[in-house]
Amino acid sequence: MPVVEVNHIVKSFADKVAVDDLSFSVAQNEIFGLIGPNGAGKTTTIRMMMDIIKPDSGGVMILGEKLTEASKNKLGYLPEERGLYRKLTVIDSIVYLASLKGMDRHSVEEKADELLKQTGMLPHKGKKIEELSRGMGQIIQFIITIIHDPELVVLDEPFAGLDPVNTELLKRILVDLRNQGKAVILSTHQMNEVEELCDRILMIDNGRAVLYGNLTEIKSKYRSNSVIIDFEGELGQIPGVTEKRTHKGYVELILDGNTTPKQVLERLVSTGMVINRFEVATPSLNEIFLKVAGKNYE
Amino acid sequence: MNKTLLVFRHEFRHTIRRTGFIVLTLVPPLLALLGIGIFHIVSGITRPPAEVTEIGYVDEVGGFDQFVTQGNITLVPFDTTEAATEALVAEDIKEYFVIPSDFISTGIIRRYTTQRELGPPPATTVAIEDFISSNLLAGRVPEATAARIKAPLNLVTTTLTATGTVAPEQGGYANLVIPGIFGALLAASLMFSSIYVLQGLGAEKENRLMEILLSSVSPRQLITGKVLGIGAAGLMQVAVWVAATPLLLNLASSSIGGFMSTIQIPPNLLAVAVVYFVLGYLLFAVLSIGVAAVSSSVREAQTLASIFTTWVIAPFWLLSAIMTFPNSPAWVVLSIFPFSAPVMVILRLGMTGVPPWQLATSIAVLALCIFGGLVLASKLLRTYMLMYGKRPSFGEIIRNLRRA
Repeated sequence: MPVVEVNHIVKSFADKVAVDDLSFSVAQNEIFGLIGPNGAGKTTTIRMMMDIIKPDSGGVMILGEKLTEASKNKLGYLPEERGLYRKLTVIDSIVYLASLKGMDRHSVEEKADELLKQTGMLPHKGKKIEELSRGMGQIIQFIITIIHDPELVVLDEPFAGLDPVNTELLKRILVDLRNQGKAVILSTHQMNEVEELCDRILMIDNGRAVLYGNLTEIKSKYRSNSVIIDFEGELGQIPGVTEKRTHKGYVELILDGNTTPKQVLERLVSTGMVINRFEVATPSLNEIFLKVAGKNYE
Repeated sequence: MNKTLLVFRHEFRHTIRRTGFIVLTLVPPLLALLGIGIFHIVSGITRPPAEVTEIGYVDEVGGFDQFVTQGNITLVPFDTTEAATEALVAEDIKEYFVIPSDFISTGIIRRYTTQRELGPPPATTVAIEDFISSNLLAGRVPEATAARIKAPLNLVTTTLTATGTVAPEQGGYANLVIPGIFGALLAASLMFSSIYVLQGLGAEKENRLMEILLSSVSPRQLITGKVLGIGAAGLMQVAVWVAATPLLLNLASSSIGGFMSTIQIPPNLLAVAVVYFVLGYLLFAVLSIGVAAVSSSVREAQTLASIFTTWVIAPFWLLSAIMTFPNSPAWVVLSIFPFSAPVMVILRLGMTGVPPWQLATSIAVLALCIFGGLVLASKLLRTYMLMYGKRPSFGEIIRNLRRA
């Protein structure tokens, strides 16, 4: 049973269609990337999943049923627009928001200590939120998102504003959550994060799905018939190569339709040249998106 | 625990721990206590001394030689002003006065003292007046008539009902004190409670907490818990004030005495005050939710909310007009207009009373407005709570409400 099943949802605001007939599913044990440029409809889609706004048509099933007050306790949601009660202490904030997810105070305090320690925030437990830096606040928000051990974790731009150390920390925790069997939805417009973490993706643009599926398969599908080499010596003329593109530190060889990368490698080796690096060129998600959507959003 | 209860508990605790709330709860009773204390100290300082004071006088008319003992004041005759001045300088007497030869035609009494003062002390004035009038009337009219001339009447008014029976509420300034106090406390608690709702919801929007909360609770649970939690804190504040009022009145009666001792809290006023607090709070709370939903910051929300919170204190601006023209139809309108009704009704109850039909209409209009306000606030919350940045224009709000 999929953890999330979205069926043909549509949502319009005033004269703009924000989400247009979108369908996808998310399984247990995976990190699912919801990607697209700013204004593509990612946050609106998530808000409909969280039952914060209602779709005009279509439906959302979470853990096999329509979202209820009880099943909300099985979700952890870190919205893009996020904050905390500035006058409350870290522990009081965690206790209150976790209690709204059905946890009792004793369990919250026990788990909070564990997560605060894991994230290096334990010394700040008694501080007021307004005394923390923005990054520290985000770590507390992340702790609140996962403290109740949710089945589904939805994170909207979770790395925005985080320093590299905390970004890596969060990534490790996300991978751990996936390995524990949780479903994680990662919404972002930073494609490199998605390439690093996600198993499957849904790419949306102007509210419509433009790419959906396994990340490796998608990259394979959009792979251009070219190889990347780093070598010493003269390259010369190579049969089957129609074009050479020189980049900083490597050369990209564009192959004709009848030549495979293996044949090019054999021909290069036969010339006796020293090859330091040889790989099949795969396009980045960014390049794929530009190809599919035909516009630059970075 | 039920999520509405969790929100209720959080809001109640959060509100009663606020410095502003604690100060506002304690300040009115403490100020009243301070006022009574100051009155006690000042009256102790200015109270006429228990020992006999001697005041001299020079009688240039003749015949003013009886009734020289006036309470603690003894009047000592002198033959000349020089002799009286000498005694004053020697501090044998506290002061002296002269009854000039043309006193009967002019009424002028000349008073001489070494003290620098704003005016003659009331006890001295009363003593001299009584000495003069008693001597003027002595032997000319019977003693009882002389007493009536000195204090001609004591006007005792009895208010009758439409059927001619004695009305239970007899009016008077003493009866205005309690509604005045209750009105002021009601206005303060309504304004501050609605500000707490405004600040609470506004801060949740400003601090981007709304979406996190709505992923755990429904908007209905959030609004209900918040309004009831903050309302319970406001009610607790009112309860502290109401509990303190009889104690302070007893203290004031024993310290100040006079008409303060005639003040009583009518039970029906207490019941009406509680009804109007609950209805008034609910109305202002739901409107505060709507205002907070469309505002981009707490400050902006407070400015917008002043459109309706100003009406709460409006009856106090009109207090002297209400006292001068208590039966004006304008006050009936303000008793039914939902924003001014709670305080206006309480004030009028102390002055002229409020006919039952006006009370019923006022409560019905308030209840209808609460219902309408709730529908409006829910729509505004759903539409605008997750919209950040510039506040929508009035036209946009109307368009979106029609669509919602």
